[in-house]
Amino acid sequence: MNNMFKVKRNFLDIITYAILIAVALTCIFPVFWMLSSSLKTNEEIFKHMSLCPESWQWSNYAEAFIKAKFGMYFLNSLIYTVVGVGAIVIITSMAAYAFARLEFWGKNILFCLLISTLLIPIPGAFVPLYLLLKSLHLLDTRTGLLLCYISGGIAFGLFLLKSFFEELPKEIEEAALIDGCSRFGIYWRIALPLAKPAVATLVIIQCLNIWNEFLLALVVLQDTSKMPIQRGLMVFQGTHMTDYPLLMAGLTIATVPIVVIYLLLQKHIIKGITAGAVKG
Amino acid sequence: MLSSRKEKTFNLLFILPALVLFLVFNLYPLLRTIELSFFQWNGIDKDMVFVGFAQYKDIIFNNPAFWKSMLNAAYVTILCLTLQNGLALLLAILVNRQIKGENIFRVIFFLPPVLSGIVVGLIWKFIYDGSFGILNTWLAALGFEQFRDFAWLSEVKSALSSVAVVHMWKGFGYGFIILLAGLQTIPNELYEAAEVDGANKWQQFINVTIPSMLPVFTMVSVLTVLGAMQIFDLIYSMTQGGPAGHTDVPITKIYQYMNNGEFGYSTAMAVVFGLLLLIVSLIQFYISRKIKN
Repeated sequence: MNNMFKVKRNFLDIITYAILIAVALTCIFPVFWMLSSSLKTNEEIFKHMSLCPESWQWSNYAEAFIKAKFGMYFLNSLIYTVVGVGAIVIITSMAAYAFARLEFWGKNILFCLLISTLLIPIPGAFVPLYLLLKSLHLLDTRTGLLLCYISGGIAFGLFLLKSFFEELPKEIEEAALIDGCSRFGIYWRIALPLAKPAVATLVIIQCLNIWNEFLLALVVLQDTSKMPIQRGLMVFQGTHMTDYPLLMAGLTIATVPIVVIYLLLQKHIIKGITAGAVKG
Repeated sequence: MLSSRKEKTFNLLFILPALVLFLVFNLYPLLRTIELSFFQWNGIDKDMVFVGFAQYKDIIFNNPAFWKSMLNAAYVTILCLTLQNGLALLLAILVNRQIKGENIFRVIFFLPPVLSGIVVGLIWKFIYDGSFGILNTWLAALGFEQFRDFAWLSEVKSALSSVAVVHMWKGFGYGFIILLAGLQTIPNELYEAAEVDGANKWQQFINVTIPSMLPVFTMVSVLTVLGAMQIFDLIYSMTQGGPAGHTDVPITKIYQYMNNGEFGYSTAMAVVFGLLLLIVSLIQFYISRKIKN
């Protein structure tokens, strides 16, 4: 009887692993194929379909970075991500601290208003944003795109950080207040450093969002020299339809930073995703 | 800590930057969308022509291409709700069986959702390519000679399904993570109590797992619907709506009208689409509450 149970358990284990491994391979293969193709010659892409490159063409990357301008696009994406995420962290942590700790008029209504975009889908917001940036003379500028990105991150940041600030013990802050520390000083020197875990989650989620964003970059920018890498990939693909090794090298360049951050900090990402999803 | 009037005013400074950005870049565009939807305007002329509900009427009654794009997105959505979420639930249950390497599978399954829509779309476009995509090479090697030059993304009968497969490939890991987190919050005592009552594994699943997971199911299905209905990056990078509008979705339609300078019409379309999304989300919450009671 006990033996039967063991056999059944083993059988279930084998099926479990078979399914999980099959799905895992399906997840990895397209990424592997991108890497492998980025190191092939064009001839190899068209003629034979070997899994790994016959001779590793590292020069594809030099060409992608310089001739195909992926270096420039990469740098642009880096600027948008660093500046955008930095601004989101400062602006939302300040506001979230105030909502968690300070008193002011209309606090509850303002909070509900500010996080309402988390719950209400606004598709097609890019149309009025385009018109707004046009009238502010910010169309086709880095500032214009950045302002869209920063305002897009406020609701989630507020939602995530406010509850974290509320759970921090009040005693340290009260002591500091008695010692004559200003409100801003308490936020900046005490509360914000204590909120590091939540800030880390926010930083990573927003890095993914801004680095991977495409639609606003498509609507706002015309000038290739300002384009982030997602947009640059489409520009390259539009003009060099069949230069697959260079395109795959470009895709790899666009993917490596994200995957590295993901692998290093996956716990924070998964925490942020589940926090965002079970908010309801 | 009670605050004085002066302090209360000063405290507002903390939320000022967030508030200003919200008012200018979130609230104003929303109100502007609603306003513009009642006007015919090309974005350049000084004068906007007030047309009332005429554009709404035209979209709802005279624009089959818009409804075709809704149907396309709905087709992707239904595939996601059934196949993608079914797979996500199956994987979450399997990983939750306390197997070895739980974390490795978790990391791998969440890799596709981390990648950008453009990157995923362009990789798969290459895989799907009719003449030198690896999919057809493999299919031909397996004996399906008829697929040797089959262009998955430019054939009317396969384009939308091919894009839907990629959307599901990119998205199932997201549902998987949320469902797994949900499964892990179900207290073990519930299963033990059911076992004492003589419930087998299947009965435990029906009577413990499903009811406890109801709120998580609702959340996952709402997020799935919102994600699939608003699909854009994958369409833009793989088919651009082609062949002949067969993979057009609402967001690509709104974008096309805007690009043609029909700002009023495109915002009216955005309002119609936004309201439909809101209604569908509310219905999902409503059904979930009904089942619960």
